[in-house]
Amino acid sequence: MATLFHPPLTAFSASNKLHFPSPISARKGDFFVVRSDARMNHLLSRGTHKSRTQKLLTNAVATKADSSTSSQTGHELLLFEALREGLEEEMERDPRVCVMGEDVGHYGGSYKVTKGLAPKFGDLRVLDTPIAENAFTGMGIGAAMTGLRPIVEGMNMGFLLLAFNQISNNCGMLHYTSGGQFKIPIVIRGPGGVGRQLGAEHSQRLESYFQSIPGIQMVACSTPYNAKGLMKAAIRSENPVILFEHVLLYNLKERIPDEEYVLSLEEAEMVRPGDHVTILTYSRMRYHVMQAAKTLVNKGYDPEVIDIRSLKPFDLYTIGNSVKKTHRVLIVEECMRTGGIGASLTASITENFNDYLDAPIICLSSQDVPTPYAGTLEEWTVVQPAQIVAAVEQLCQ
Amino acid sequence: MALSTLSRRGLRSTLFKPLSAAVSSRPISSDAPLTIETSVPFTAHNCEAPSRAVTTSSSELLSFFRQMALMRRMEIAADSLYKAKLIRGFCHLYDGQEAVAIGMEAGITRKDCIITAYRDHCTFLGRGGSLLEVFAELMGRKDGCSKGKGGSMHFYRKEGGFYGGHGIVGAQVPLGCGLAFAQKYSKDETVTFALYGDGAANQGQLFEALNIAALWDLPAILVCENNHYGMGTAEWRAAKSPAYYKRGDYVPGLKVDGMDVLAVKQACKFAKEHALKNGPLILEMDTYRYHGHSMSDPGSTYRTRDEISGVRQERDPIERVRKLLLSHDIAAEKELKDIEKEVRKEVDEAIAKAKESPVPDPSELFSNVYVKGLGVEAFGVDRKVMRATLP
Repeated sequence: MATLFHPPLTAFSASNKLHFPSPISARKGDFFVVRSDARMNHLLSRGTHKSRTQKLLTNAVATKADSSTSSQTGHELLLFEALREGLEEEMERDPRVCVMGEDVGHYGGSYKVTKGLAPKFGDLRVLDTPIAENAFTGMGIGAAMTGLRPIVEGMNMGFLLLAFNQISNNCGMLHYTSGGQFKIPIVIRGPGGVGRQLGAEHSQRLESYFQSIPGIQMVACSTPYNAKGLMKAAIRSENPVILFEHVLLYNLKERIPDEEYVLSLEEAEMVRPGDHVTILTYSRMRYHVMQAAKTLVNKGYDPEVIDIRSLKPFDLYTIGNSVKKTHRVLIVEECMRTGGIGASLTASITENFNDYLDAPIICLSSQDVPTPYAGTLEEWTVVQPAQIVAAVEQLCQ
Repeated sequence: MALSTLSRRGLRSTLFKPLSAAVSSRPISSDAPLTIETSVPFTAHNCEAPSRAVTTSSSELLSFFRQMALMRRMEIAADSLYKAKLIRGFCHLYDGQEAVAIGMEAGITRKDCIITAYRDHCTFLGRGGSLLEVFAELMGRKDGCSKGKGGSMHFYRKEGGFYGGHGIVGAQVPLGCGLAFAQKYSKDETVTFALYGDGAANQGQLFEALNIAALWDLPAILVCENNHYGMGTAEWRAAKSPAYYKRGDYVPGLKVDGMDVLAVKQACKFAKEHALKNGPLILEMDTYRYHGHSMSDPGSTYRTRDEISGVRQERDPIERVRKLLLSHDIAAEKELKDIEKEVRKEVDEAIAKAKESPVPDPSELFSNVYVKGLGVEAFGVDRKVMRATLP
């Protein structure tokens, strides 16, 4: 039996009175060149290829978008500042928005995402909690049941495992078990990912843990532009949203528009259009892919790079169109191999677009190991650009 | 005062007919205030216990009797429906503990929030839910309070301030403190009653949430419904200190005879005032469940039949009110029997109606997973339609 659902098509321009780009221009026209600052380059260029990496990065990330507009207007800021700007704008716009978490208030947030919010909005809207993730996540969900829009910060994503029951049973499922009576408009966010040698517990790749919770939306930001847009969209969403941030991307610099804008939580971002192969990636791996893309271009390949952004549900429209064009798919993720985002993505693509595939999908994931402390081991845990190049060459044989 | 609370209940129409009939045949005015002393004193921890003298009225006592009888009948009927395999899965019955649900409602208003665990049928009814919604939900039908998607453990009634209905032991307490936070945030002078059992009293998250609630002076009242068994484990086998009203340490507590509806009412009124002024409070309701933990538990392996029948004879909440009504000459034996007959009929009618309610449409499988149309642009390969295929 087939059941059809017709969710109303709510383009942003229709549902909001505020000015921001139409979905189409947001998707294509407003793409800005990511200029990594020196620190970013340093982070990505551990090892011997520093100068080459720098060169690769600046060029590789360049898209076919018109870059003249982006360099003239807007303001430049770091990714964590973009998140804060998004937060601050939404807190000003909606008195129901509040922030809770460990050290988000007087301390300013361990990654400074909430810096300056406590003096501005007061202790009732920026709440320093005790170190009790289970309780304060549950409290956020309880407050959301009444219509508040709390943003719960996991100081580190790994700590949210203590609140897994709340996130799963209450956050994800309450709308359903109550027959639609209660909505949970909460945002759960925090830094995760491998990097900075933080050791196993603080370098978690939790996308795979959370992805099978019904009722949860998940997005991963990767640039200051999409960090701000996704943060604002997540706060405005009536669904519970988990926003994944990456420890290595907080100091990424970019020029973003001065005008207000909101992104879609269900939309992938075309990073680099191309014809030969579709590379699907998200979060920090986007930069490894773009590094590899430069090499690939030099070798004569024309890869299409898509930052899927929306980890649940997937934007199968953008992904599907790309697959129909290139007929080859490479997935590059930082998530763990077993039961990861890549595994789900592979299943989704095979299910929907198998007829368009000329080669089996290749999925490069991080290793199924607890993240090691030692720098070299840590580096080998995640996918490296050379592997991406090799995988594309194999796919395009 | 009690009448005004009552008039807001969904049971109103059916409740008032026999009530006025009963009252009109009596010489005393229905609203004459009565003062009745609780049989057991309150035990306080770090606070001044409220007075044992509870103000009530003959109409309130009669309504207590009727509603508790209705709850009792509803739970017994659920038991039969379970045995007839019309109710499946989990079914946790509340009979024996009715005074807690009823007394609490009498002490507070519907603007106050209540959140409880899985033994939630009667709490739902107390918050204005209907019998039809209860039985339809228990049988997994469309007219259930959660459209048949929740089941016994997931009853909710948003407009009545009832926030569920939760299956994970203890996990509802942080939610309850979150509700209290929202109340403080919006400054609306209401409170939240977060209920949990003696089993859940040993959960860590309860203490986490209590700490935050106390730090932030939240109007949260933690109500421990101590029925003395966490499933089949006696309280003293699970808790080093089964004095749950003292377990908050820095948070004041009150031990209440949970089998005495008037004591519960007095305690909840007191708790609301306290919480609005001073922050959280723990109420320990000493109560008892007659049924086993769930339908698979005969309830007789870990406790003696003598214990159960002893409580029934000496502490039963409905019998206590019956005795009060008789001794104060508010109603005659026959009138109370009639009320019991009426609630029985009411329950039977609701069951018949629930049986006619259709099972949920297959498309309901996918609705309410996400809120759609709000920030959600589209799902699926064509951006418009989510296709779902049922086997």
